[in-house]
Amino acid sequence: MANNIGIIIEREYMQRVRKKSFIFTTLLLPVVMLLFSLLPALIMIFAGSDETNVLVVDETPQRISAQLEGSDDLHFIPSEGISRDSAMRRQDVSGVLIIPANATTSKSPQIRYYSNGPVSIVTEGEMRGRLNDILSAERLNNYDIPGLQQIIDDSKVDIAFSAVRLDKDEPEEATSSMVSYMLGLGLSFILYMFVLIYGQMVMNSIIEEKSNRVLEVVVSSIRPTQLMLGKILGVAAVALTQIVIWCVVAVVISSVVIPAVIPADIMADAQALKAGAPTTTGTDADLLNMLSVVTSAGAIGSMIVNMLIITAYLLLGFLLYASIFAAIGSAVDNLQDASNLSSWAVMPIVLGIMFALLAASNPTGTVSFWTSIIPLTSPMVMVARIPFGIPSWEIWLSLVLLVAGFLGIAWVAGKIYRVGIFMYGKKPSVKDLVKWMRYK
Amino acid sequence: MSETILNAEHVTKRFTDKVALDDVSVAVPEGKVYGLLGPNGAGKTTLIRIINHITAPDEGRVEFMGHTLTQDDVAHIGYLPEERGLYKKMKVGEQAMFFARLKGLSRTDAKRELQTWFERLDISDWWDKKVEELSKGMAQKVQFIITVLHRPKLLIFDEPFSGFDPINAQLLKDEIIKLKNEGATVIFSTHNMNSVEEICDNITLISGGHNILTGNVDELRRRYFGNRYELTFTDADHRALMEKLLPVASEFEIREADPQGRNVLAFRLNDGATVRDILGIANTESLIAGFRESIASMNDIFIRAVKADQSK
Repeated sequence: MANNIGIIIEREYMQRVRKKSFIFTTLLLPVVMLLFSLLPALIMIFAGSDETNVLVVDETPQRISAQLEGSDDLHFIPSEGISRDSAMRRQDVSGVLIIPANATTSKSPQIRYYSNGPVSIVTEGEMRGRLNDILSAERLNNYDIPGLQQIIDDSKVDIAFSAVRLDKDEPEEATSSMVSYMLGLGLSFILYMFVLIYGQMVMNSIIEEKSNRVLEVVVSSIRPTQLMLGKILGVAAVALTQIVIWCVVAVVISSVVIPAVIPADIMADAQALKAGAPTTTGTDADLLNMLSVVTSAGAIGSMIVNMLIITAYLLLGFLLYASIFAAIGSAVDNLQDASNLSSWAVMPIVLGIMFALLAASNPTGTVSFWTSIIPLTSPMVMVARIPFGIPSWEIWLSLVLLVAGFLGIAWVAGKIYRVGIFMYGKKPSVKDLVKWMRYK
Repeated sequence: MSETILNAEHVTKRFTDKVALDDVSVAVPEGKVYGLLGPNGAGKTTLIRIINHITAPDEGRVEFMGHTLTQDDVAHIGYLPEERGLYKKMKVGEQAMFFARLKGLSRTDAKRELQTWFERLDISDWWDKKVEELSKGMAQKVQFIITVLHRPKLLIFDEPFSGFDPINAQLLKDEIIKLKNEGATVIFSTHNMNSVEEICDNITLISGGHNILTGNVDELRRRYFGNRYELTFTDADHRALMEKLLPVASEFEIREADPQGRNVLAFRLNDGATVRDILGIANTESLIAGFRESIASMNDIFIRAVKADQSK
C-alpha cells in the first residue's frame, strides 16, 4: 500500500511540474528578483538621461554660480544682466535657478528652482548637493584660516564596524547585525510565501477533487488518509524541486556571477573585512559585509549547512500547515466556503511573520526564543534568528518539536479529512470539524 | 446455493446525529447480481463504503472471500460510485493508467488491458483527449472502464445508468451481464426497479438503516405478497362482486380492464379462506374469465415494504 502513496505522489508531482505556470515561475522568478534588486541602480542610470538646461540668476556679490559645474545631462547657463522676472519668462530652458543675494551670509538661505516641467529627484539632489558644497566652502573661506578645508577633511572618519562573536569557535565568523537582520527577514518572508502559497495549493487541490467527485473513485482504491498524505508529499516534492532549482541558481550567482561582476579590489576588501584586516577601497562596511555573506567568501560548507537547515524548516513548516489546509479543504464544497475556515491556517502564519520581524530586531529576546521553539510560528521565527548564529540546541529542540507538531496535526487532520470528504451541502464550522475528529 | 463472496454481519454505523446502519447483515452469493435497494438516505452508500473499506463499521464485521476484509482486498473490488467524476485536466489514457495502477496493475498490464477495453467500447481515439473535452456520456464510459479494468471479483455499481442515454445504458447493461457470465459478482444499487427485475438475482432492501427485506427476486415477488389473486370476470360490476366477496377476501384493488374489456379485480385472501371459497362466490355472481395468483412487481414490493417499515 506504500506503493499506492507513491502513485498518488507521482500524479500530484507530474501534473504540477509539467504545468507551464510552474516552469515559468521557477525560471522567471530569480530573474525578476535580480531585476528588482538592481532596479534602484537601473533607475539611477535611466532617470538622468534627459538633458536639463538650467538658467542661473545669481544675485550674490561673489557670483558663486561661476563655481557651478554641470554634468553630461545637467547644464548651467549663466544669465548676466537678466532680471528675475524676464528670466522666469524664458521657455527655452528646463528651469530657472535663483540664488538670492544673502545666500552666502544666511545660515539657511532660500534658494528656489522654478521649473518648466516636472523635476526629477536626481536633478534636484544634484543641484542641492553642488550648491551646498559651494556655499559651505564659501563660508569656510570667510573665516580666513589657512588650510581649514584640509583640517576638516582630515578630521573626517569612516569607521568599519563589525561585531565579532566571542562564544563561537571560529572568531572570524563575523557578520554585521545589519546583514543578519536583512538576511533573516528575507528568509522568513520567503518561507512565509512558500508555506502560504503551497499550503493553499494543497487545499485547492483537495477542494477540486471533492467538487469533481473524483475523490469517491480514488478512495475506493486507497485509504483517505493515505491519499491526503500522498497529496501533501506530492506538493512538497514540487516545492522542493523549486527550492533546489533556486538554490542552484543562487549558488551560481553568488560564487560565479557576483565575483565576476564586482571589481576585484572590492572583493578583496570583503575578504579582508571578514578576516579582520584593514580595507583599502573605502567601500561602505555594510555593503562589504553583505558581499562577504552572499558570496560566502569561501565558506561554501557553512552556506550549505544553513541552506539545509532552512530547507528543513521550509519543508516541515509546509507539511504542518499543509495538513491544516488539507483538513479545511476536505470540509468544504467549494473555494468560496473555504475562505472562512482557512483563516484558521492563515492567521498563525501571519503571526509567525510578525514575530519574525520582532526576532530579527531582537534575536535573543524571550518572546523570540519561545516563538521560535513552539511549532506553528517556529519555522518563520527561527529562520529569522538563524543568521545571527544561535546555539544549535535551540535549533534542534525547535526542529524536534516541529516534527512532533507536524505528526500531531497531520493525525488530527487525517481524522477530519476522512470524514470531511464525504460531507456535502452544509458549510461546516470549526465545531463540526471537532465532531468529525471523534468519529471512529 | 453457491458460495458466499461477501458477508456483512450485524453491521452498525453511527454518526453523532443519527444511526446510518443498524444491525444490517448482507450475504452476497458468488457469481450473482445482488441488488442493494432502499430509499434515499437509507444507508446504502454507507454500507457500500464499508464494503469498500473506505469507512469502518462501529460494530459488526465484513468478510470477503472467507476472511475479514482488509485494505488489500480493494484490489479485487471495482466500485462505480453514484457521485463520480474524473480529473478534468488529465488526459483520458493517463488518467485510466493512474487508476489502474492504484488498483495494483503494473504499467504494462494496465496499458494492455486498457487498450482492449478502449477497443471494446470503441473509444480508442480518446486516449490523448483531456477529460474536460468529453461529453458526460463519454466520461461515463471511461469511468466504467476504470471500474472493471482490473478484473475485480466483486463489482459495485451505484446507480450506474444515470447520465446514460438509452443506447449506452443498454450497452452498459450488456457489459454488466457479460462480466457476470465471466464469473464476477455484482452488487447493484439503484432506484430503477425495472432494471432490478431484469438483472438482479437477489436483493436486500434497506430502509432507515435496517434490512427490511432480503431474498431471491423471483421468490420475493411470489412470496412477499402471497395470498394475493387476480380475478378477471364479466357479467358483474366490481362493487357488487366486492360486497359478495367481503367474508373471504380483503384489500381490494380495482385494476384496469384487460384488452378484451373485461373487469379485473385484485384482492388478498383472508386467513382461513380458500381459493375454492372465492371461486364458488365468483362463479355464482359473475362469469369468470380468468383467475391467477398475482405476482408483485419489485416496484410494489419496494413501496409497500418501505411504507410498512416507516409506519412502524
